[in-house]
Amino acid sequence: MPVVEIKNLTKDFGKVKALDGVNLSVEEGEVYGYIGPNGSGKTTTIRIMLGTLRANMGEAKIFGKDSWRDAVEIHKNIAYIPGEVSLWPNLTGGEVIDLFIKLRGSNGSNRRDELIERFDLDPTKKCGTYSKGNRQKVALIAAFAIDADLFILDEPSSGLDPLMVQVFQECVKEVKQQGSSVFLSSHILSEVEKLCDKVSIIREGRIIESGTLSQMRHLTRTRMQVETRHEVTGLGSYEGVHDLEQKGNSYTFQVDTEKLGTLIKYVGGFDVLKIESAPPTLEDLFLRYYKQDGGEG
Amino acid sequence: MLKGCFKNTGKYVQHILRRERLSISIWVLAIVILVLLLTIAYPELSPTEHERQIMAETMNNPAITAMFGPAYSLDDYHYGIMMGHQMLLVTALIVAIMNIILAARHTRGDEEDGLSELLRSLPVGKLSNLGAVAIVFLGTNVLMGLLIACGMTALNVEGVGFAGSLLYGAILAATGIFFACITILFAQINQNSRGVVGFSLAFLGISYLVRAIGDVGYETLSFISPLGWIGRAEPYASNNWWPVILMLGVAAMLFAAATYLNWIRDMGAGFLPEKKGASTASRFLQSPLGLAFRLQKTGIISWCIGVFVLGAMYGSVMGDLESYFDSMEFFKDLFPVIEGVSLTEQFIPMLMSIMAVLSTVPPLMFFLKLRTEEKKNLTEHLLTRAVSRRSLLSSYLLISILASIVIQFLAVVGLWATWIATTNEATSFITLLQAAAAYLPAIWIMIGFSVLLLGFWPKGTGVAWIYLAYSFFAVYIGEIIQLPEWVVKLSPFGHVSQIPVESMNYTMTALLTLMAIGLGIAGYVGYKNRDIQA
Repeated sequence: MPVVEIKNLTKDFGKVKALDGVNLSVEEGEVYGYIGPNGSGKTTTIRIMLGTLRANMGEAKIFGKDSWRDAVEIHKNIAYIPGEVSLWPNLTGGEVIDLFIKLRGSNGSNRRDELIERFDLDPTKKCGTYSKGNRQKVALIAAFAIDADLFILDEPSSGLDPLMVQVFQECVKEVKQQGSSVFLSSHILSEVEKLCDKVSIIREGRIIESGTLSQMRHLTRTRMQVETRHEVTGLGSYEGVHDLEQKGNSYTFQVDTEKLGTLIKYVGGFDVLKIESAPPTLEDLFLRYYKQDGGEG
Repeated sequence: MLKGCFKNTGKYVQHILRRERLSISIWVLAIVILVLLLTIAYPELSPTEHERQIMAETMNNPAITAMFGPAYSLDDYHYGIMMGHQMLLVTALIVAIMNIILAARHTRGDEEDGLSELLRSLPVGKLSNLGAVAIVFLGTNVLMGLLIACGMTALNVEGVGFAGSLLYGAILAATGIFFACITILFAQINQNSRGVVGFSLAFLGISYLVRAIGDVGYETLSFISPLGWIGRAEPYASNNWWPVILMLGVAAMLFAAATYLNWIRDMGAGFLPEKKGASTASRFLQSPLGLAFRLQKTGIISWCIGVFVLGAMYGSVMGDLESYFDSMEFFKDLFPVIEGVSLTEQFIPMLMSIMAVLSTVPPLMFFLKLRTEEKKNLTEHLLTRAVSRRSLLSSYLLISILASIVIQFLAVVGLWATWIATTNEATSFITLLQAAAAYLPAIWIMIGFSVLLLGFWPKGTGVAWIYLAYSFFAVYIGEIIQLPEWVVKLSPFGHVSQIPVESMNYTMTALLTLMAIGLGIAGYVGYKNRDIQA
């Protein structure tokens, strides 16, 4: 049974269609990346998963339970970090962390103090004096302090400095090792690449691509730079080659990742002097989808 | 070394004025209009010499002295004296609060937000900010004082002459300048603007208390408090100017001290160590209810004290009420003679209705705090943990309902305590308690109505306040100008038994309570089924 199962999820805000038939599922122990530009529906999806918003159509199930009806039951086993953490200005960070842990229904031991040290937070300060990054830390500490079967993280590392981003990524790896599942919405592609097993891309309320990272790479192009002793003939018309630029016997082009093998064999026949390739990044994929209006699904 | 310290202060003044043109104008105009309206109102309230003398007698008691300051010139209690005795100190309090809020914003507030840093990186002197703030507040307060002085004189009310009015305006201006300077000084010491406002308001509150104790018994104490000086100016009688001069002199010293501290400290720094808060949550702060209470603790306590004082204020004049009513035609129309019921007893239901409407304000605030929390995305923290919407709503509702009971009770205790203390023949405590308790179902309907709004129309929770304002209008004004029956009956407060004139109508009480419960339940259903929305 998948930990998260979303089927045909649709949500309108008045005339605005925020989600338009979203489907996705997160398997147990998986770290699932959810990426998309601002306003694409990431936070709306998460809020429906958490039962603070009600879907107009479709269903969201977590641990096999309905995310709206059984919200309280589900929340006992999940940890959530909102994208924009606002806190009560006159409570201290320590008080808020304790309150949050308590509200999850936990009485047992927790990793609160260890995490406060790792994230380097002063828990005696009032939340009103915290910077955005420090408020984010409060939410992170409260979330990772107790075990959860599912972590739902909405752009969790925005506002953290690079050192803290690293601590955060370690935390995610740790909970993954313990067998928890993670649903991570993010803008930061390197982070998604580093942490996630599976990725979905959402745009204007629709999932336009989803799969494992290696599956995704089939859809990307590799940038190549080749220098040969003899002129390479027929490269311009070779299947899968794009944006060719030629300077003497030096060629720069992009090639569909799936055609890479046969192309290298072909080029090899022209006596290669130098060959360089830049690996496909999620960035390329991202830009390819967001730049093209209504890019092919 | 001091060269260039005040560079571009003029431009800085313009900058502050441009940012605050609206709020300064609104504050100043509101205060001036308030003073002028009061000046017009007094002759309407007690038009004859005889009535003024009776008022003078009602005003000469310790409770009134504690509240308004010492009475003076009681043998010739004309309109000017009334203003100087009953209204000057209260107006001065408002002026002080205005100056505290604005001064804190432009000193520590700007520093906290990084605006001062931005400006200091430009060719602006180190002390320009402080200088500019001083100029703005000096100007604003002097302007306000002059407007008041000229306005009061121009109204041409008997006994309100130019010499007294000039002093009246000058006292208010000096009070404003004094509290602006106190705030500027605290802004150097304290590191955050909330603390600055807190310290300054505490200073104001303590000054008021010290003065109250001093005025009632130990006069030396009144000379310690700047608010005590105000009571010695006696405008329209002896016209003493020394309080104004003393206040301005001390203000200048405070400002000099603030300038020195500003000079020796770093940007963003203070002199008080930042107070450490608790690093763990207390046992109390472990549930939605504990959180809801903790967030509103200050508000709850302040309202309890405020309502008690309000009750006490009414209680202190109850003893003289009968003779007061006898002297005034106005009240004879309002309370026609009923056999076996004294005028005072007739007045109780009206008093209770006004107190009940006022006592509805805090429970509504405590409940609607839930909506404020939702707007700030703070309820999300609870609802995404193992907290159901029902228990979240119940936490706020419980505080609201308990507050409605406690606050009505405290109002009655205050009323009765000072009443029995000033005379020996107060209406029995039980009767008063019944009269107040009769209003509880009406208050609960208002709460139930706001639960309904929160459940079905969260963006429209403000309508609850409009309905309450309407109720105040219907009950209070309706009584005086005899509005049609249905206008009064549209408000739940119009259905309450008028104890002790009438006896308790239990059927109506039960009906009102049931209606409140019905509204509440509907609201719960709405809240459970709607989106949480910022």
